[in-house]
Amino acid sequence: MRFDTSPAPHVIAGYTVPRVMFQVLLALLPVGIVQVALFGPGLLLQLAVACVAALACEAAALAMRQRDALPALRDGSVLVTAFLLAFSVTPLLPWWLTALGTAFAVLLGKHVFGGLGQNPFNPAMVGYAVLLVSFPVEMTRWPVPLDATGAGDWNSLARLTLRCFYGGPVPAGEWDVYTGATALDSIRNGLELRYTMGELLARGDTVGLLGARGFEWINVAALAGGLYLLARGIVRWHIPAAVLGGLLLPALVAHALDPGAGLGPLAHAFSGATMLGAFFIATDPVSAATSDLGRLWYGAGIGVLVWTIRSWGGYPDGFAFAVLLMNLAAPLLDRYTMPRIHGRPRG
Amino acid sequence: MTARHHFPAGLVLEARKRTTAAQPIVAGEPVGRVLLALDQGTGSVLEPVVAVGATVARGTVVARPVDAFGAVLHASVSGRVTAIDLREASTETGECPCIEIESDDRDAREPSLPSAVEFATLDPAALVEQLREAGIAGLGGAGFPTATKLCAGRERGARVLLLDGAECEPWICCDDALMRAQAEGVWTGAAVLSHALGGDTCIVAVEDDKPEAIAALRAALPDARRADWSVAVVPAVYPQGAERQLISAVLGVEVPAGGLPADAGVTCQNVATAAAVAHWARTGDPLTTRVVTVTGSGVARPTNVRARLGTPVAALVAAAGGYRDAPLRLIAGGNMMGRALATDAVGLTKAINCIFVATEADLEGRLHARELPCIRCGDCARVCSVGLLPQQIHRAVLARDDTASVRFGVRDCIDCGCCDYVCPSQIPLAWRFREARRHLQEREQATRRASAARTRYERRERRLREAEAARQQSFEAARAAARLATGAPGTPRPAAGGSGDGAREPGGSSSGERP
Repeated sequence: MRFDTSPAPHVIAGYTVPRVMFQVLLALLPVGIVQVALFGPGLLLQLAVACVAALACEAAALAMRQRDALPALRDGSVLVTAFLLAFSVTPLLPWWLTALGTAFAVLLGKHVFGGLGQNPFNPAMVGYAVLLVSFPVEMTRWPVPLDATGAGDWNSLARLTLRCFYGGPVPAGEWDVYTGATALDSIRNGLELRYTMGELLARGDTVGLLGARGFEWINVAALAGGLYLLARGIVRWHIPAAVLGGLLLPALVAHALDPGAGLGPLAHAFSGATMLGAFFIATDPVSAATSDLGRLWYGAGIGVLVWTIRSWGGYPDGFAFAVLLMNLAAPLLDRYTMPRIHGRPRG
Repeated sequence: MTARHHFPAGLVLEARKRTTAAQPIVAGEPVGRVLLALDQGTGSVLEPVVAVGATVARGTVVARPVDAFGAVLHASVSGRVTAIDLREASTETGECPCIEIESDDRDAREPSLPSAVEFATLDPAALVEQLREAGIAGLGGAGFPTATKLCAGRERGARVLLLDGAECEPWICCDDALMRAQAEGVWTGAAVLSHALGGDTCIVAVEDDKPEAIAALRAALPDARRADWSVAVVPAVYPQGAERQLISAVLGVEVPAGGLPADAGVTCQNVATAAAVAHWARTGDPLTTRVVTVTGSGVARPTNVRARLGTPVAALVAAAGGYRDAPLRLIAGGNMMGRALATDAVGLTKAINCIFVATEADLEGRLHARELPCIRCGDCARVCSVGLLPQQIHRAVLARDDTASVRFGVRDCIDCGCCDYVCPSQIPLAWRFREARRHLQEREQATRRASAARTRYERRERRLREAEAARQQSFEAARAAARLATGAPGTPRPAAGGSGDGAREPGGSSSGERP
């Protein structure tokens, strides 16, 4: 009788990459619901375009690299990239910009480096950064959230979204009703015009209960999704905790020293891309530092950079740039934060 | 005593051994033929000291070690040596020279063996030598000669004796069954080993999922020893039974990387080894049997068998009721670290503590695993009991960067397979690291050979130069002497004669070396 002589171990838990990716997509569900409710159905259109473009680019890249396409398409990683990009851009983005950004993310962010597991940068943030620096007007044009005072109804917003999506003309009157700078943007502009924080908050249209109006609920949903990922063990606590710590500690200190100079720590936590970034974007393991200590430094670096860019930078929010900059630092962090091996001397 | 310390991580695996361990150990049926592998599990191939056709008795020495990593091997049945040749075996390469003995069914005992050993009256060094002669080796799965370990312990003053009864592999229970049945034997073995070490302290470490074994050991603990001897209960976490991990968990000290347990002041032996030592001390019989777990969904009645060394695996499976349910893999050892055998004709060695007959159900995801690229999720680092970053080692190994893979600790890896178990990309990490270590070893051997050749060449060059210089010198001396003798400085003798005489004198050896 002959037997198979495969190497040990002969049993594995059976965890899979597609399972990890699917859990991430599932955790994004509450964020999606909130965004569609507050900012119209644009997200669904962006998701559709990004997913189709991502799968097409992945298949094309694999064909060019002469690799088997099916396992890579099935592993779900490219869908996570597409989802993260679609969740990051404005729901009013014309479809071809979304497709372009996705193509950059998948081709330039991932496949030029050798595909899954080889990319030094977060692919979704590569696509986002390319779009933001190339098309700043289209990228920063967000609808006014529907819970803000004096805003219109969801159906009209949906019609406007469709027009923007196809790149069609929009009557000038509708712009003023439905679109505007995001809260972080208008606070930045307000502060530059020498308004005090108190005056800006008193206007009431920018900052809600927790943070930037509209975005605060997206952040709450992202926090919920992130906690789900933590509970399922898909994401570990180091990076999200360090991102939030790196962002909120400086904000707390600055706010304590001069409350009029900028947003407080609570508003920072629930504005812009904070929670989505901390739990879903910064935690991409491929481009992050890999030891526990390294991940703490990596996350803290992102947090501090986000606070810095929000406070003094040229962009209202800086998550993409903060993540890309820390991606650059990840190999260095890995080098200096290698844990001590059992039995080797300390220090 | 409950262990307070711990090692970095590990896995809690579902144990499948409670019912098997509760059954009495079955005495193996007499076998007609045994196959004694000359590599009993350590990689050191023994030198046979019997010839084909020789008549041997049970306990006759049939092979001796060539280095400190082999243990003396004895015939496990009486009969005739029918073959010494290359057979399929449980070694890394899958084959090894083996001694085949045809049993005469009389089970005659080697007459020169002592009837019992009065170990307490023996000098410790002499006791170690007797243990070496009795072929005692680690029965926990490594097969490392006990005498060699005791020597290292004595040299480095490692007087604490730690007996490993953790048995963390999820299906293996031969030590559990042995501790339940022969607890006093474990303590007797501890007394012998302590005497050899010259130490007083002995700790038997058992995982907390074996309460019966713990109770039996505590009940059998001799009253006179209660001050120095104890049972330590450790959590059932894989790989608790690995030597370094157990030492860390029980004593809170780390064995230095690249060092021996003796460097941490500890000598570690398996409980089954201690029981074998006790059996030897009581009867004088060398190591010719061991208890082995025969289990898995592919055998009819999982059980523990006390079998003669060299018993073919097929006979062990038969002792457990035979095959059932389409067995796919035959594993020597547990399902985490065991080696898959190509055939059931392989003979039992001192290192095989389990025969795991795996069906599709036992191999779970492994059969359908599809490797994907590493996504650096770090789940492997989370479970590594050595504190390694397997994801970084893997990257270095794939890049063939030997310096980096050694720095990241590919050599510190204990091959437990925890990283494999949890990897979502289903990468065969443990296997890849084994291959990397083999590659490193080969490369180092090649470097050593090359540098030896280079040294040889340089020595030879220097020798030739020195011989040439000496030849020149003596030539000059001879010429000067000739000048003095003739008394005519202006008219030297013909150069040919002078140089020939001068060169031959010191150059006798160098002339043979000239290319």
